[in-house]
Amino acid sequence: MSKPRGVLAMLGVLMLLAAACGEDNGGSAGGGGGSGEQPEVFSYDENAQGEGALSLIAWPYYTEKGIVKPFEQETGCMVDVKYGNTSDEMVNLMRQQGGTAYDGVSASGDATLRLIAGGDVAAVDVDSFPGYENVMPSLQAPSHNTVDEVHYGVPYEWGPNVLMYNPDVVEPAPTSWEVAFEADSPYAGKVTAYDSPIYIADAAMYLKANQPDLGITDPYELSQDQFDAAIELLKQQSQLISKYWALYTEEIDGFESGDMVVGTAWPVNQNLILSDGKVPVESTTPEEGVTGWADTWMMSANAEHPVCMMKWMAYSLRDEVQSFTAVAFGATPSVTTACTQLEGDLADAYGKDIADEIYPVYHCGEDDYLSSIYLWKTPLPDCGDDRGQTCVDYSAWTTAWTEIRGAG
Amino acid sequence: MSDLTAPATAGRRLSAALFRHPWLKLVLMLGPPLVWLLVVYLIALTLLLATSFWRLNVLTSQIEHVWGFTNYQTLIRDSVYRTIVVRTAGMAAAVTITDLILAVPIGYYMGRMASRRTRAILTLAVLLPLWSNYLVRMFSWKIVTAGGGPLESLLHVLGIDGSIAFSNWAVWLTFSYLWLPFAILPVFAAFERVPGSLMEASNDLGARGWVTFRRVVVPLVLPGLVAASIFTFSLTLGDYITPITVGNGYFIGNAIYNYVGTANNLPLAAAFALVPIVIMAVYLMLARRLGAFEAL
Repeated sequence: MSKPRGVLAMLGVLMLLAAACGEDNGGSAGGGGGSGEQPEVFSYDENAQGEGALSLIAWPYYTEKGIVKPFEQETGCMVDVKYGNTSDEMVNLMRQQGGTAYDGVSASGDATLRLIAGGDVAAVDVDSFPGYENVMPSLQAPSHNTVDEVHYGVPYEWGPNVLMYNPDVVEPAPTSWEVAFEADSPYAGKVTAYDSPIYIADAAMYLKANQPDLGITDPYELSQDQFDAAIELLKQQSQLISKYWALYTEEIDGFESGDMVVGTAWPVNQNLILSDGKVPVESTTPEEGVTGWADTWMMSANAEHPVCMMKWMAYSLRDEVQSFTAVAFGATPSVTTACTQLEGDLADAYGKDIADEIYPVYHCGEDDYLSSIYLWKTPLPDCGDDRGQTCVDYSAWTTAWTEIRGAG
Repeated sequence: MSDLTAPATAGRRLSAALFRHPWLKLVLMLGPPLVWLLVVYLIALTLLLATSFWRLNVLTSQIEHVWGFTNYQTLIRDSVYRTIVVRTAGMAAAVTITDLILAVPIGYYMGRMASRRTRAILTLAVLLPLWSNYLVRMFSWKIVTAGGGPLESLLHVLGIDGSIAFSNWAVWLTFSYLWLPFAILPVFAAFERVPGSLMEASNDLGARGWVTFRRVVVPLVLPGLVAASIFTFSLTLGDYITPITVGNGYFIGNAIYNYVGTANNLPLAAAFALVPIVIMAVYLMLARRLGAFEAL
C-alpha cells in the first residue's frame, strides 16, 4: 500500500514548496498612503485630452444611461461600469491587478478609509473642480474622504438608512428603533436588517441612546465592552429577523411578499416598492438617529485613464447629473444648487403630487440633517479621542458579524 | 502489395512512431487529463491548504506568509463554526434521507416494472428539470415558499398557520427538489442491474415480496443507494446560494464566501474550506467500503 503514501508525500512536498515560496497576494497597489511623504495631487484641467475610455465601479443606478451618454459625447471617454453590491466587494475590485483594472469607484464611507490607507486611491485638488464651492459644507472636507487636509475624491450622493415600515401592519407609526431591536417587539419574525458588518454601528447607535452608561459617543469607534454590548443586542435581534437583506432587491421582495414589515432601508428601496404599488410603505428617522452613507468618487492611484476620471469627477458635480442620480437612486445630491433641479426632475418622474410628498424626504441641502446622520466610516483602532488606539477594528467587526449570522 | 510502396505521409509516420513506442501513446492519451487533475485540482487544493496556515495582517489587509495554526485555533475556539458545520451537515443528511426515500420507489418502478416506453418517458421526466438553470429552479422555490405564496396557502388549508419563508424547512424542500434527479438516476441504475432470476429464485424458495425485497434486493442495490447519497450529500454540503436566497441561516459556504469577499481573510476562509473537504473524504472512504464506487 505504498501508492497512497507516495501521493501523500508528494502533496506534502508541494505544500511545503507553496508555503515557502509564497506568491504575491493579488496586487498590492501603491506603497500605502501616509509614510510621511506628500502624495501626488491631481488637478482637474478641462482642456486636457481624454484617453478615450473610462472604467468605473459604481453602486447600481449611479451611472444611468441618461448621464453617461452625454458625458461620452462631450468628452469622448467611453464608459464601462462594473456594479458593486457591497462596499467590501468594491474595495476588493479596486485592488485587483495592482489598481489598474478600474479607474474609479463610488466609494461609501466604510470603504474610503480602507482605500486611502491602502494607498489605492489618488489625492485630488478639489478647488480645481468648477462648482465645488456649492458642495454642502459638511461634505466639502468630511473625515471619510479627507485625511490630514488631503482630499481623496469628490462627493456624489448621500442618504440615510431609514426605518421603513408597512403602515397597514405596523401601527402606530414607529418613532424608535426599538421595534427592530427589542425582544418584545410586536413584529418579531417580520423584522429585517442590513446584512453587513457595518450594521453593528446601528446597534451601537441604538445603545448610545438607550444604554447611556456604556458611554458610546461614536458608533464606529467602540471600545471592547461597547462592542460586546452591541454584539449581544444583535444576537438578540437575530431572533426577530425574518431575513437579512444584502441586495436591495431582497428587501423589496421581502416587503412585497409580506415576510418583512419593518426594518432598515435605503430610500431607493422605498421608491421602488412605491412605484411597484403592491404594498404601501413609509419611512421615518427615529429618535435615536440614523446611520447613513455619503459616497465619494475616488480615482485609483494607478488608474489607466486619469484624465477621463478627472473629467468624470468634474461632470458628477453638475446640478443636472446630481439630480438625475438622486431621482434614479433615491439618494440626495451633495451639491446645494442641485435642489431646485431635483424638485423639477421629481415632478417629471412621479407627477407633482407624489413629488411634493417625497421631496421633503430627500432633505436636499439640509446640512443640519446631514450632520446628524452617523455616516458610514471604516472602524479603525484609532478611537480619535483620549481612548487612544484601543478601539475595535473592521476585521473584528466582520468576524463578529459572521458569528451573529452563523449562530442564527 | 501496393501498401509497401505507399508514400510515407506525416500521418503514416506518426502512426508508425506510436506503434513502435507504446509509451508515447499512453502519454498522449493520459497526459491532458492528468495535467488537468494535477494542475487545476491537486495543486489548487495544495495552495488552499498552504494558505490556511498563513495569516491576515489586520492593518494592511495583506496576507502574511507566516506559518501558524491561528486559523485552526479560531475555528475550534469559537462555537459558531461548530454550529455552522452541524447545521450544514445536518441539512445534508436530511436532504440525503429525503431524496433516497423519494428515489427508491421511483427507481424501483423505472428499473423493474416499467415497460421500455414508460421507462424512457420517466427518464426524460426526471432529467427535464436539469435542462433549466439551477438559479431558475431555486428562485421558483423561493417564490413558492415566500410569504403569501402557494405553499403557505396549502399549509393554511391543512390547518397549519405560519410561514416557512426563509426557514430551514424552505431550504430543505428546495435542496430535496434540486438534487432529486441526481439521486434517482443511480438508484434506477442499481435496480435495473438486479437480475430478475435472483428474485424469482427467492420466490421459489418461499420468500414473499417484502422479504425478497429486504433480504435479496436491498443488499444488491445498497451500493447504488450509497452512490446516490454521495451526490446529494456533497452538493448540499458545499452549496451557498440556496441557503442565503431561500433561507436565512449561514451554511459553510456562506461563511467562507463572507471571509473571502467581505473580510478578504483568505487564510481563515481556506482553513474553514478544509472542513467540508475532510467531511467528504471520510464520507467517500465509507462509501467505498460499502461498494458505492462500483455502482457509479
